[in-house]
Amino acid sequence: MEKPIAIVTAASLSLLLAATFMSAARAAAPGPEPSGQELAFDNRKGNCLACHAMPGDPKAVTSTNVAPPLVGMAARFPDRSKLYGQIWDATRSNPDTAMPPFGKNGILTDTEINKVVDYVYGL
Amino acid sequence: MKRATWILSCLGMLAFSADAMSVSPEQERLKSVQAVQKKYPDIKFEDYVYGALAFSADAKAQYDNMMAFPPFESEIDKGRALWETPFRNGRHYADCFPGGGKNVAGNYPYYDETMKKVVTFEMALNQCRTKNGEAAYKSSDMNTMGLLTAYARTLSDGMLMNVKVKGDGALAAFESGRRFFYQRRGQLNFSCASCHVGHVGEILRTEYLSMLPGQATHWPAFRGGDYALFTLQRRYSACNQLVRAVPMEIGGEEYNNLEYFHSYLSNGLPLKASVFRK
Ligand code: HEC
Ligand code: HEC
Repeated sequence: MEKPIAIVTAASLSLLLAATFMSAARAAAPGPEPSGQELAFDNRKGNCLACHAMPGDPKAVTSTNVAPPLVGMAARFPDRSKLYGQIWDATRSNPDTAMPPFGKNGILTDTEINKVVDYVYGL
Repeated sequence: MKRATWILSCLGMLAFSADAMSVSPEQERLKSVQAVQKKYPDIKFEDYVYGALAFSADAKAQYDNMMAFPPFESEIDKGRALWETPFRNGRHYADCFPGGGKNVAGNYPYYDETMKKVVTFEMALNQCRTKNGEAAYKSSDMNTMGLLTAYARTLSDGMLMNVKVKGDGALAAFESGRRFFYQRRGQLNFSCASCHVGHVGEILRTEYLSMLPGQATHWPAFRGGDYALFTLQRRYSACNQLVRAVPMEIGGEEYNNLEYFHSYLSNGLPLKASVFRK
C-alpha cells in the first residue's frame, strides 16, 4: 500500500521541479512565455496595435486610428477591474464595438489578460 | 479631432444597424452610400471603386503607375486564350452571352426564378461550358475559372453595376447576403460591417478599410508582390480567415447570396476588372 504512494509523490515532485526549471529558463530567454507588451503587440494574441495607438511606448509601431489611443490609463481607469472587464468582454460596455471579447471568447487566458492590464497600466 | 471622427463613426454604425432590418434594397444602398459621403464628403462616389486607395493619394498614384503597364498582363492574356479557344463542338463563350459577352457582367449576380437561386457570372460561364458539352470549372480554381474571368470581365469594363432584386425569392436571397455581412462570427467576433461600415476609411494597424459600396466592381484582383489572382469570393474567404472565422465554400450558396447583396450595394458604379490590390 505504501509503495504506490511513494511513487506518485516522487513523480509529482519531479514534475514540479521540471515546471520550475522551465519557467526559470523562460524568464532568462525571452520568447516562450510572452510579456504583457508582447501579448499586446502580437497579432495572434492581443493585437491591440491593430486598433489602438500607444503613444507612451516608442516600440508600439502602428498607423491605426480605429480606436482611442491607450494613454494615461492608470488615471483614466483607477478601478483595475473596469480595465480588466473592457478587455475581457468589450461588448458589455458597447454591444456594437469592434473590439474582440478577449476573455469571453478565449483569445487570451486570464493570466494573459492580467499581464496585458499590467502593461497597459504603464501607458 | 481623431476622437471626434471616431465617435461619429460609432454613432453612424449604431444608426445603421438599428433600422437596416426593415428597409428595401435600394434604401439600404442609398444609406450605405450616404454614410460614406457624410464621413468623407471629399471623396467622389465614382472613386469608391478604388476602395482603400481612395483614402491615400500616394497609394492611388502608385496604383495608377502600375495600372499603366500591369505586371500581370500576361495572366489576363491567358484568360483571353481560354475565352477565345472554341469548345470541342466549335462554339465559343461569346455565343452564350448577348453582345458576344460585352457589357454583361454588371447584370450579375441575378436571381433565377426557375432554379430558385442566385446565379453569379462564374455560374453563367459554367452553364455555357456544360451546355456545350464541357465539364464545369470549379469556382475556387484560380487557374481556370479565375483566369477566365480575368479576361471575360474586362469585356464589361466601364459598364455600371446594374444588379436587380425583384420578387420574394430574390429579396430572400438579398436578405440572406445582408445578414451574412452584418453577422458577427468567429473567435474574434467581427462582422464584415465591423470593419467596412463601422470603421470605414480608418486604419487597421497599417491598412485603410475600404467602403462597402464599390467593393464588388473590380474583380478579379491581382494581389501582393506575387500578383496572386483573387476572385471576389476568394477575397471573402481571405477576410473570413483574417478574423479567424471558418471560410465558406467558394461558389456555395452563402457566398453567392453575399455576392448578390454586395454587388447590389455597388450599383451605379463602373466596373473595371483585373486590377492591382495589396
Ligand atoms: C479590432 C479593433 C480593436 C482591437 C484589436 C482592440 N480594441 Fe480596444 N477598443 C476598440 C474600440 C473601437 C474601442 C472604443 C470603445 C468601443 O468600441 O466601445 C476600444 C476601447 C478600448 C478601451 C477603452 C478605451 C478608453 O479610452 O476608454 C480599452 C482600455 C481597450 N480598448 C483596450 C484594448 C486592449 C488592451 C487591446 C488588446 C488586448 C484592445 N483594446 C484591442 C477596438 C479594438
Ligand atoms: C478586421 C477587419 C475586417 C473584417 C471583419 C473584414 N474585412 Fe474585408 N478587408 C479588411 C482589410 C484590412 C482589407 C484590405 C484593405 C481594404 O481593401 O479594405 C479588406 C478588403 C476587403 C475587400 C477588398 C476590397 C478591395 O477593393 O480590394 C473585400 C471585398 C472585403 N474586404 C470584404 C469583406 C467581407 C465580405 C467581410 C466579411 C466576411 C470582410 N471583408 C470582413 C478588413 C476586414
